[in-house]
Amino acid sequence: MDTKKIAYLMLNEAGIGVVLVFLCLVFSVFVPKFATMNNISNIFTQISINTVIAVGMTFVILLGGIDLSVGSVLALCTILAGLTITKETLPLGAAIPLAVLASMAAGMACGLFNGWVCERWKIHSFVVTLGMLNMARGAVLQVSNSRTIYSFPKEFNAFGTLSYYGIPLIFIIAVLLVLIGHFILKKTVFGRMIYAIGNNEEAVRLSGHNTKIYKVTAFVICGATVGLAAILYMLRLNIASPILGNGFELSAIAAVVIGGTSMSGGKGSLIGTLIGAAIIGVLNNGLLLMGMSDFARQIVTGAIIVAAVIIDTYRARLSKMLS
Amino acid sequence: MMNAVNDANILSIKNVSKNFPGVCALSDVSLDIRKGEVHVLVGENGAGKSTLIKIICGFHPGDSGEVLLEGVHYAPETPRAAMDAGIRVVYQEFNLLSYLSVAENIFFDHLPRKGPLVDKKKLHDDTVKVLRRVGLDVDPWQPVELLGVAQMQLVEIAKAISSKCRVLILDEPTATLSPSEISRLFDIIRTEKQEGLTVIYISHHLNEIYDIGDRVTVLRNGEIVGTKSVKEIDIPQIVSMMVGRQMESEYPFMDEFKQTDIPILEVKRLRIAASPHEISFALKQGEILGIAGLVGSKRTETVRAIFGADARLGGEILLNGKMINILTPKDAVEHGICLLTEDRKSQGLILDMQLDCNISLASIDKVSKLGLIDYGEERRQAERFTASLAIKTPSVSQLVRNLSGGNQQKAVIAKWMFSDANVLIFDEPTRGIDVGAKYEIYLLMWDLLSRGKGILIVSSDLNELMGICHRIIVFSEGQVSGEVLRPEFEQERILRYAYRVS
Ligand SMILES: Nc1ncnc2c1ncn2[C@@H]1O[C@H](COP(=O)(O)OP(=O)(O)OP(=O)(O)O)[C@@H](O)[C@H]1O
Ligand SMILES: [Mg+2]
Repeated sequence: MDTKKIAYLMLNEAGIGVVLVFLCLVFSVFVPKFATMNNISNIFTQISINTVIAVGMTFVILLGGIDLSVGSVLALCTILAGLTITKETLPLGAAIPLAVLASMAAGMACGLFNGWVCERWKIHSFVVTLGMLNMARGAVLQVSNSRTIYSFPKEFNAFGTLSYYGIPLIFIIAVLLVLIGHFILKKTVFGRMIYAIGNNEEAVRLSGHNTKIYKVTAFVICGATVGLAAILYMLRLNIASPILGNGFELSAIAAVVIGGTSMSGGKGSLIGTLIGAAIIGVLNNGLLLMGMSDFARQIVTGAIIVAAVIIDTYRARLSKMLS
Repeated sequence: MMNAVNDANILSIKNVSKNFPGVCALSDVSLDIRKGEVHVLVGENGAGKSTLIKIICGFHPGDSGEVLLEGVHYAPETPRAAMDAGIRVVYQEFNLLSYLSVAENIFFDHLPRKGPLVDKKKLHDDTVKVLRRVGLDVDPWQPVELLGVAQMQLVEIAKAISSKCRVLILDEPTATLSPSEISRLFDIIRTEKQEGLTVIYISHHLNEIYDIGDRVTVLRNGEIVGTKSVKEIDIPQIVSMMVGRQMESEYPFMDEFKQTDIPILEVKRLRIAASPHEISFALKQGEILGIAGLVGSKRTETVRAIFGADARLGGEILLNGKMINILTPKDAVEHGICLLTEDRKSQGLILDMQLDCNISLASIDKVSKLGLIDYGEERRQAERFTASLAIKTPSVSQLVRNLSGGNQQKAVIAKWMFSDANVLIFDEPTRGIDVGAKYEIYLLMWDLLSRGKGILIVSSDLNELMGICHRIIVFSEGQVSGEVLRPEFEQERILRYAYRVS
């Protein structure tokens, strides 16, 4: 293989991964504590939840939609799961699975509502999910009486600290989810239709497919990942709270977009999304270790998100030139 | 002839080459365009015609060679630069902004102003004026997306001639027009020519060469085969220059091939939103039924309603004698009815996906098991259709966007051939396809007929309909105004029905 071909492959297959590697190298050189086993394990933990939500978000964005409600739906899911798991009348063996079920079901129900309203009345998901953002937040404050739930059984909390060879369980779950999603997008008819509809919905409809079903399903998938993310959140922080999750939608969207998925739909991949989430995580962690203040960190993270996307447009052009 | 005297070249193309990944689109092309002539470019699909045009009008640069405009080196970096140099193009694919009005589209580059605001009155009046020149009768404030393709084509032409231009380039302008609009267009070209305009004209309708052309250049596989004055050459000669062999006839109508009397698709008292009338007709097994009519006679609206693409207000559709309820295209496809839509770019293809994905789009079940796509099978099937339709592409993994216009059209045909439907409704199926390939497609249609299918064709090309159909029904203002059987095919008679003169 000549260098041109290697460069082409790197640009196309690794894509935004180059940026991630570059960031890691820079931090490793300038921040002594960055490249330690402990810290890397920390980063893994920190990015897991965002990664899981971003997986569902990728499905929705690939169809040209968006889901702004993930943050407050996540809060709703944690409270429902928290109430279930702390119910004294339930034996532990039943409470934990039921809690997971409650969380997933709540997430999927919200997703179903989002998708159905969008398709039934042909409203852009931006508006519908903005409404859901408020509804879910109101609902969760109502259900929980604005109270946070702490006292989970210690057997449940124990899962949260599990790790294998320094890799935390919740990160393994997140990566597994990415791989499953990637398989669905690339190998199944369902995935093919997601890309096709994102590119040209009318052509897909006129080829004899029910595009509405696919679109609603994508929102349900997004809701399911939020339900799963809620459980991971509880495992990690051992609380369920009606006020958590603010701004989660923005981190998830940022991960998806940095990962190279086009906001207008039809183009992108979950591997990109995983890398996007990792870039955000590495940045936050590295800058914190450098002792940067919260505010400064926000500025730099924001700027680098924009920069990453700009670099990506050059990457696309460069790879076109090389091809 | 005037231009014979005036020998000065307005455009000289010298040794221009252009390569795309895996494709040599133009190799060492040299061509002179004389001032004031109508120069016709012909060639098979993928021969490089559009590529040459795109180099002249600054869409993309050539790899080597140069272009002289009135003897001066000319290399437009952007379409805007070419426009400023007086070169205007009507591209093969539509480039209108669908949410803007007709008026805004036409004058997009030079909106009349009153201070910082758009002078609406002048815009309206100017638009009415150019629309009259191209013979299009629509409200200037109507959004372009509500127009049919033929009307869009006329808007494109109006846009090109709305400002002063020296060279007008038309890439297959007549592909979507019906005879009356075509002759209108030719009148426009003749008038403009008298005022000194030079025209480069691309078409797959070879008879048009004699209507307006002065000279004709044939391209094959990215090379110039020759340039001739139209007086020195006839159509069979042009065809053999294009395809590199002789072609006997344009249409393979096999007389021994008889349709049956069994109706396969019956449309009874169909009501559509666009027409106050009821529409009834039947398609028989083994038959090619043509639908003729003027642009705007609601042929497209009718077939879209049958297919479930648009709402049906009333009436029944019977398939093999049984009433079926089609509410969406999905229902239609499941009943074995397919529709090839007239606008391939927005309704037929997914431009940014590969050719094989497009071909399998309507038959994804045939290349998948338990919801998993069998990529090998998909590829093999796509290659089969690419070969039988002679789609020119380096591989089936090519993005459809990168195919030439005619090859894109073939991709849509391949999609529906693969779906193996029993009733095939084709709306302008051979639009933009070269003569040789058309012939192959007609043969494929005959093959479908021999397997007991029925084909319904909407076409604005009357010769095509008369060449391949068993029967033609004529539409006029949203109703069936006449029916003609093959032995009685006669252009005049069909047009009479179309215009509703008795
Ligand atoms: N952007 C592109 N990328 C890759 N290949 C291209 C691109 N544009 C054109 N080609 C290829 O170049 C060749 C010439 O294409 P061109 O569009 O000029 O054909 P054409 O003569 O206009 O054909 P048609 O009659 O079908 O419109 C084709 O094989 C086409 O696939
Ligand atoms: Mg072309």
